[in-house]
Amino acid sequence: MTSQATAVAQQRPFLTSRRLRKLREAGLGYLFLLPAFVILAIFEFWPVFYGAYISTCNWTVRGCARQLGLANYARALSDPEMWHSLLVTASYSIISVPLQLGISLLLAYLLFQQIRGKSLYRVLFFMPYITATVASASVWAFLYSPDRGLINEVAKMLGLPQLRWLGEPRGIFTMIGEAMGVTVPAWLAGPSLALLSIILYTTWVFVGYDTVIFLAGLGNIPHELYEAAKIDGANGWQLFRWITIPLLSPTTFFLLLYTVIGTFKAFNHIYVMTMGGPGDATTTASILIFQQMYQYNRYGYSAALSFILFSVILVITIVQNRFAGRAVVYA
Amino acid sequence: MTVRSLQPAVTRVRRFSWTQAAIYAVLTLGAFVAVFPFFHMVATSLKTYGSVITGAFWPWFPFGDEALQWQNYPEAITTIGWDKEWNIYLFSRYAINSIVVSLAIVAGVMITSAFAAYAFAQMEIPGKNFLFLLLLATIMIPSDLTIVPKAVMMYQFPNPFGTGSWYNTYLALIIPFLASVFGIFLLRQFFMQIPRDLFDAAFIDGCGHLRYLMTIVLPLSKPALVSVALINFIWAWDSFKWPLLVTRDPQMRVLAIGLQQFLVQEGGTKVQLMMAFSSMVVVPVIIFYFFTQKYFTEGITTTGIKG
Repeated sequence: MTSQATAVAQQRPFLTSRRLRKLREAGLGYLFLLPAFVILAIFEFWPVFYGAYISTCNWTVRGCARQLGLANYARALSDPEMWHSLLVTASYSIISVPLQLGISLLLAYLLFQQIRGKSLYRVLFFMPYITATVASASVWAFLYSPDRGLINEVAKMLGLPQLRWLGEPRGIFTMIGEAMGVTVPAWLAGPSLALLSIILYTTWVFVGYDTVIFLAGLGNIPHELYEAAKIDGANGWQLFRWITIPLLSPTTFFLLLYTVIGTFKAFNHIYVMTMGGPGDATTTASILIFQQMYQYNRYGYSAALSFILFSVILVITIVQNRFAGRAVVYA
Repeated sequence: MTVRSLQPAVTRVRRFSWTQAAIYAVLTLGAFVAVFPFFHMVATSLKTYGSVITGAFWPWFPFGDEALQWQNYPEAITTIGWDKEWNIYLFSRYAINSIVVSLAIVAGVMITSAFAAYAFAQMEIPGKNFLFLLLLATIMIPSDLTIVPKAVMMYQFPNPFGTGSWYNTYLALIIPFLASVFGIFLLRQFFMQIPRDLFDAAFIDGCGHLRYLMTIVLPLSKPALVSVALINFIWAWDSFKWPLLVTRDPQMRVLAIGLQQFLVQEGGTKVQLMMAFSSMVVVPVIIFYFFTQKYFTEGITTTGIKG
């Protein structure tokens, strides 16, 4: 070994010193990567496998008391609570994502015009995003409060009906139907007003973030394209429809993925405002997983629930990639 | 070309236009909606309970005769309770916990991210691309998937500084968050802009990687470092679900948990105190944000991700 190495060293001394330098660089490089990777390995990668193991157990304080195989999954799939939580999560996602993206695209596009005080607006829009969720959710819970909340006070002044907002489990279409004297069938009840109230809060929090990202995306569109189109006589709407929308699509696509995943993770504000109630009106999958673990100590079952939620997210992400990804224009 | 160079002088003259007015109206409405809840929070925190329940929106001079109730703030702090262990207000204990945990996480993230980002951006390492893909993969792991096993692990890991496990200790609140993929990403983007030739020149002068990182790369990357620190601080300050899961004693609570507990226990009857508590959590962060907002938006638009 040593004689071989010295032989090589004698033959090509320059190369070996370079190789040695490379070797040292690689060693040092791994050393630099080590702390971050150790933390991520223990607290991100390993828990995935460990969670899979826990999900096959009747898990107690002392560990895996009994191997259940896939029984936890079978139980979850036959549990109406699980399906209901997925439905609530899906409604939350389907309503809140277009609402958020629509409003923030509008705001970003307006901000992108020749506007004074652009950065001030941006700072103010961004404020809800940086404040502690628990604090702003408490403030909103107070705004929504049925007897002394500001929203109902304003409704009273305007002569509008006062609602229970976060405390209202009935579906929105049921309520509209009742107001008009029509009985709406149960399957058409729509999302509960409690959930819609939470969606409104979510929109308030994330519009600023989405606007900032959209603004960055708008800044990346080459200005010459607008100039050229203007010379060809395009009007404002045409510029927006045929230049902005297609060239902004990578940003929109990113935000779409990010927002959908965000709605599936939503927890803090829902827990603070309603704890999943009234009844199970706002029990999203994330809330259900937490309740099963925190209140009932059903670790195995909640691990199984989280794997089911993860597979749903994975499927949606793949579908989005397939269909929305195809519409993305890369300039 | 001629058309373009002629146009600005003519069109940039500001005249009143309905389109412009509508744009400002929409933007101002948006800003109002974004800011109003904060205003309402602070306003409510300065009212008497009486004007809170009667729904009086603006009880003060010149519209009313009620004085600002500053004593709501000390009253909120005393209502939250007393920590017998350290003989301080529980509120102070929560605040200390939040600050210690957030600062420790930020410090840890800065160190682990700076080293890893430097290795990815400036060093030749076999298998670098694979490792980077591995890093990308962690973004795809949703936190809900790992929260159950992570919580279980906190009961199992032995506490090296005492008896028991990591559960209900600072270890559980800090250690799992000492690495941030977001931080590595953002710093890597920044470090990659520094040409490799610069290192080669430094190397000839006998400067190794570690010294190069410390004396050249980090000082050059101050804006990115500030972004990573601020954004991670805000996230750590905001964390709620995890501390709720892995702590039990009031002495281990962070501000977010204390606030939620207060809302559950007193929120219905002592709204003005609740809002005073919220203001004490929120207002320092907002003031801090106004001075540093540039770094937030830059950091977020560079990587576009949330940890």
